[in-house]
Amino acid sequence: MNRSLRPLLATALIFAIAYALAVMQFPSMFSTRVLGNFLTDNAFLGIAAVGMTFVILSGGIDLSVGAVIGFTGVLVAVLITWAGMHPVPAFAIAILVAGAFGATMGLAIHYLQVPAFIVTLAGMFLARGGASVITRDSVPINHEFYDWISDLTIRLPGGGRLSFIGLTMVAIFVIGALIAHRTKFGSYVYALGGNPVSASLMGVPVARTTVAIYTLSSVLAAISGIVFSLYTSAGYPLAAVGVELDAISAVVIGGTLLTGGYGFVLGTFIGVMLLGLVQTYIIFDGTLSSWWTKIVIGILLFLFIVLQRLIFVASAPGEKAQKA
Amino acid sequence: MAETGYALEARGIVKIFGNHVALDKVDFGLKPGEVHALLGENGAGKSTLIKILTGAYQPDGGEVLTEGVPVTLNNPQHAQTYGIGTVYQEVNLLPNRSVAENLYLGHQPTRFGLVDRRKMERDSIAVLARYGLNIDPSSELGAHSVAVQQIVAIARAVELSGKVLILDEPTASLDRNEVERLFEIIADLKKTGLAVVFITHFLDQVFAIADRVTILRNGKLIDTKTLDSLTRTDVVRLMLGKDIAFSGATKLEENRPLGDVLLDFKNYGRKRSVHPFNLTIHKGEVVGVAGLLGSGRTEMARIMFGADAADEGTVSVAGTQTSIARPTDAIGHGFGFCPEDRKAEGIFGDLSVRENIVIALQGKLGWFSALNRDEQMEIAGRFGEAMDIRAASLDMPVKLLSGGNQQKVILSRWLATDPAFLILDEPTRGIDVGAHAEIVRTINRLRDEGLALVVISSELDEVVAYSSRIVVMRDRELVAELNGENINPGVIVQAIANHKDGAQA
Amino acid sequence: MIRRSLLKLANPQLLALIGVLLINWLLFPNFFRVTWQDGRFFGSLIDVLNRGAPVAILAVGMVGVIATKGVDLSVGAVMAVAGAVAATMVVAGYPAPIAVVAALVVGLLCGLWNGILVAVLDIQPIIATLVLMVAGRGIAQLITEGFIVTFNDPLLIYIGTGSFLGFPMAAVIALVLMVIVTLVVRRTAIGLFIEAVGVNRAAASLAGIRSRMLLLLVYSLSGLCAAIAGIIVAGDIRGADANNAGLWLELDAILAVVIGGTSLLGGRFSVPLAVVGALIIQAMNTGILVSGFPPEFNLIVKAGLIFIVLVIQSPLASRLAPPRIKPVAKVSAK
Repeated sequence: MNRSLRPLLATALIFAIAYALAVMQFPSMFSTRVLGNFLTDNAFLGIAAVGMTFVILSGGIDLSVGAVIGFTGVLVAVLITWAGMHPVPAFAIAILVAGAFGATMGLAIHYLQVPAFIVTLAGMFLARGGASVITRDSVPINHEFYDWISDLTIRLPGGGRLSFIGLTMVAIFVIGALIAHRTKFGSYVYALGGNPVSASLMGVPVARTTVAIYTLSSVLAAISGIVFSLYTSAGYPLAAVGVELDAISAVVIGGTLLTGGYGFVLGTFIGVMLLGLVQTYIIFDGTLSSWWTKIVIGILLFLFIVLQRLIFVASAPGEKAQKA
Repeated sequence: MAETGYALEARGIVKIFGNHVALDKVDFGLKPGEVHALLGENGAGKSTLIKILTGAYQPDGGEVLTEGVPVTLNNPQHAQTYGIGTVYQEVNLLPNRSVAENLYLGHQPTRFGLVDRRKMERDSIAVLARYGLNIDPSSELGAHSVAVQQIVAIARAVELSGKVLILDEPTASLDRNEVERLFEIIADLKKTGLAVVFITHFLDQVFAIADRVTILRNGKLIDTKTLDSLTRTDVVRLMLGKDIAFSGATKLEENRPLGDVLLDFKNYGRKRSVHPFNLTIHKGEVVGVAGLLGSGRTEMARIMFGADAADEGTVSVAGTQTSIARPTDAIGHGFGFCPEDRKAEGIFGDLSVRENIVIALQGKLGWFSALNRDEQMEIAGRFGEAMDIRAASLDMPVKLLSGGNQQKVILSRWLATDPAFLILDEPTRGIDVGAHAEIVRTINRLRDEGLALVVISSELDEVVAYSSRIVVMRDRELVAELNGENINPGVIVQAIANHKDGAQA
Repeated sequence: MIRRSLLKLANPQLLALIGVLLINWLLFPNFFRVTWQDGRFFGSLIDVLNRGAPVAILAVGMVGVIATKGVDLSVGAVMAVAGAVAATMVVAGYPAPIAVVAALVVGLLCGLWNGILVAVLDIQPIIATLVLMVAGRGIAQLITEGFIVTFNDPLLIYIGTGSFLGFPMAAVIALVLMVIVTLVVRRTAIGLFIEAVGVNRAAASLAGIRSRMLLLLVYSLSGLCAAIAGIIVAGDIRGADANNAGLWLELDAILAVVIGGTSLLGGRFSVPLAVVGALIIQAMNTGILVSGFPPEFNLIVKAGLIFIVLVIQSPLASRLAPPRIKPVAKVSAK
């Protein structure tokens, strides 16, 4: 069996068992209402996690995601509420700004040959700082377009509803999976994560691919920020603090190897859903406190890192990449 | 003039790195439908020539021609457009991706902008069938053996290039059956008119498959000949540069009284690395190790020192059986090891000369009995002077020193630990004449002081000059031990060249 | 060793610190004014020392980790855990010294956990320490049960806000820790071994250095330093805030170490210069605050600082050479 499928199957299995157990305890968790909310509540995390999947598949990491979400929220809110702009052009501007931001990080990572974490760390400071300089307070968004989108839902039998933002996340996962698994760009991403030296010898345009990966991650973080602003109807500079960690966790729990090269976009979806399940369960339980989420995520993260270590222990190329 | 009959040709290639001439007016011609072996010891210029032929380096002089037309090859991808494909020693493919993707990465067939995986896998089956591979193209490349991966790499190179195939030590990590399989494939490719450059250290393989051979030494072209006009001994002689023609024994040291036995390796070996060998080493003797690159000589040194653990056999030190599973075990017994790859395994580039010299002694002393700065200076100064290390200051980073001085630093590092046994792997490679002489002098001095030494070298004159005994490695096996009269370059060359099951070629 | 570091006063880090302080002085003429009040010094300069202490302490632990080519992302979370342990214990009635020791032990164990993942399980440091970075705040909240645990214990408050010979206790602790760690790594062979492992692990192994114990040591020290910083921060606000204590400080600590001249690729390191790096960061923070800029401006300045340091540290030559050829050259270097 394909080695990279194993962590994915483990995630799917854990999700199925955990969900079954949760439903046994709280039968109401098995309803379209809960499932619909699952998608809506985790939409922004899921979208950001798609971008993070590409980054991690290529062997990098993006710590700026949460900050870009916060920055985008503020930018969109300011453009709409203060400048009186229609949301659609505001969204476009936000996405363009984020794209340029991600491209700059990609350029720095490739041409300065420094670890991705430190470059994206600078990016995180810059985006958080930028957002906070624009405004220190939450900027509310009141626009009929926002109301219109919130009403845009598909009713499901059983009282649940699929929201626009939930569907957006699903669509982005599908598109992300197509890009990762069915395009040349996707194969270059895996190639970089597998062995950058081989990739370069095989003709992968390393610079262009690196820039594209971080651009994609920032653009998806911006879309995530827009979704977050739709979800909260506001922009706040300190929104989504630490979301990058949740996204990284979702990606790893979804079966992607943290050192790159192996994994699936749809695995990340299961990872996000598993994180969502943990949260929902804790809310349903009522006696457990919210911090258990972090601890459970940490434990899952640890288990998957060790699991991957065991499965991939035979694949030596990582050693060489470290030395180079 | 345009029609030279060469698929790929290099004329008067010069390549200079710093003040080191890596290639000195080298000519090389490759005909369609031939397998052309490129031979030479490390530092002979093989890999530099290959890099120029594949566009990874630009020559400083001379020109590269494909089918008689001068070309400039900007990079390996560009060379590919001229039909030149390369397969490297370590498979440079992506073990994490499918076989099909490895064949077609960057050239995948697409439909509506998406990779047409089905077509890609169908095509892959057809291509792989031509190479006798019946594997699932959607399977992960890493799940297959190195041999299969190597064949996939060849298939990719040939599919994408098609005129010239450069194989850079493709057999280094293959077993005998796998090599044979690879050779069948190469023979088939040859029939289709492909020109193949084949680089290896295994002479058997050269005689088994190559039509012509080009030999380089110290950046110079020695000769290009058809193989049927050569014997194995001829080839080794050309490679090692010994115009020895059985110059008679250089009688040396055979009557020296042997010291006490220091080390006794019995049936000592490691799977896939060195066949079990027996070797007894006495105090006050130098055991020279001769053999071509890839013959297992470095691997032998590494298991002696515990850098790789032996998985069979025993070792006794001064009569007591013991276990050497780690370098610290070896160092505890008074061993020292100067590795072949100075930069990767020997020096600490950013650390000072002083620290580089004291580090092994300090490692022996442990965390808490630290040598203070003055002691370090004294030790480093003493050995620096004894070894004539040329450094502006003992506090300068060792990476700024010349190769010869770096080697002296590593040697000093071990001498500072007051060793009983030293393993030197190619101690004089790539260093200047002065340092070379100093190191040879030191080897002689240490032997006279009663140390036991194992010295690996491809410089036969040198090995002959200081060795009390010589062991010869071939195909990862200790095949001969030479004493007394037999210690002369002619005999060594023959021992290296000798084919195990008689001459087959 | 101390004599030597005094001789090297004219290094770029100290010049940068002086430069930042001078700019602060230009923006805020009273910057250098130090007054004596209630038995202790007051003034912006003292403030830099006081506020910079937690990051300086983290940097003392982080510098060893980075010198071995590693990184410890968990120190911010470990700070929160240690603060939570100390605060909860004094509130539960344990004597303060026991609470402090318990917090330190917990920090040490957190560091040891990281060290085991890195040295024994051979997991990449950034990944190994991510686990505790994610879970640590949850653990801290578990200990405090989600509340900000406030306390009135005089010892903890003294550690956070007290003064010694007129200087803020936090700064004194940072200084003492810096001196002790510097002496320990330089008077023993540990510093040399850390550098050797960071520069060339293969060569270190052949030279007879066991890197495993060394890695356990540096990660444990990092955890211990994080615990000290966590206790100080808790004492400062008289409470343990599991959510915000030490938030993002791991990044400041890494930045301080990098400013202090230690490469992220491992090798040469200097504990005092990492502390100077922490002071540079804090001097900029304080400068921005006293000169009336919004504090968020800090983040942007920090981002710029990282960028400058990265450009300085990156080999310019590698940018001049066409990057496509580089990987090929790497293969051949074998």
